[in-house]
Amino acid sequence: MKTGTDMKTPLKRVRGLGASGSGTEHFWHQRVSAIFLVPLGLYMVWFAMAHLGATRAEVAASLSHPLHAVLMALGVGLAIWHSMLGLQVVIEDYVHGPVAKLAALLLNQAYAALLAGLALYALVKMSFGV
Amino acid sequence: MSDMKPVARPLSPHLQIYKPMLSMMMSIMHRITGVALSGGLLLFVWWLLAAALSDDYFNLVQMLFGHWLGKLVLFGFTWALIHHTLGGIRHFVWDVGRGYDLNTVETMVWWSLIGGLVLTVALWALGYWVMA
Repeated sequence: MKTGTDMKTPLKRVRGLGASGSGTEHFWHQRVSAIFLVPLGLYMVWFAMAHLGATRAEVAASLSHPLHAVLMALGVGLAIWHSMLGLQVVIEDYVHGPVAKLAALLLNQAYAALLAGLALYALVKMSFGV
Repeated sequence: MSDMKPVARPLSPHLQIYKPMLSMMMSIMHRITGVALSGGLLLFVWWLLAAALSDDYFNLVQMLFGHWLGKLVLFGFTWALIHHTLGGIRHFVWDVGRGYDLNTVETMVWWSLIGGLVLTVALWALGYWVMA
């Protein structure tokens, strides 16, 4: 550990969590979202299978049911979050320049936000039937 | 910390010096399928959006997904999803501190590799059977 002009105590240092800037919460969020994505992913696959060859009206009618709307919102939302966390790790591993890395991380979050916005719009529109 | 300038330090040997092993390939595949699924998610959201927009637009998306190229992409999507899910379940086992001896690692890796392929084909066969 560096000494000399640095007056910080070890406690102060660990509060900033060092160079990474974060602790284990990323890992934890990745795993928690993964656990819930197992049943929700199964549900989404089942939903897609159950609507093979269905018309738009049939798909929209299913998704206007509260149970489907909520499950689908949870599934898609959690999948987007899990994917954002995963891509973040990939970016942190392979994109090294500070500017390129920041840009890639922001793009990743923008992609997740865009997906979430589109899915939210679609599900709300089908739920309220406008 | 912040006053440190980047120094060109020697790096430890990386992937290329190791003999490729199945467990290592599956770790790489877990990452690749994860990245691919992030793209696949856009296809799924696109389908939901199409269902919310109009009959014409929905039919267009269904036609694109129904094209052989679209089906190929969706088949890959299905496989990536199942493969990544089985890989994730393997990671849950490791997360709770079990399954670290080499035989168990090898067994789990083989099961998830074969399971991913078999389940993908089975799901598509089921799909074709339902549609027929």
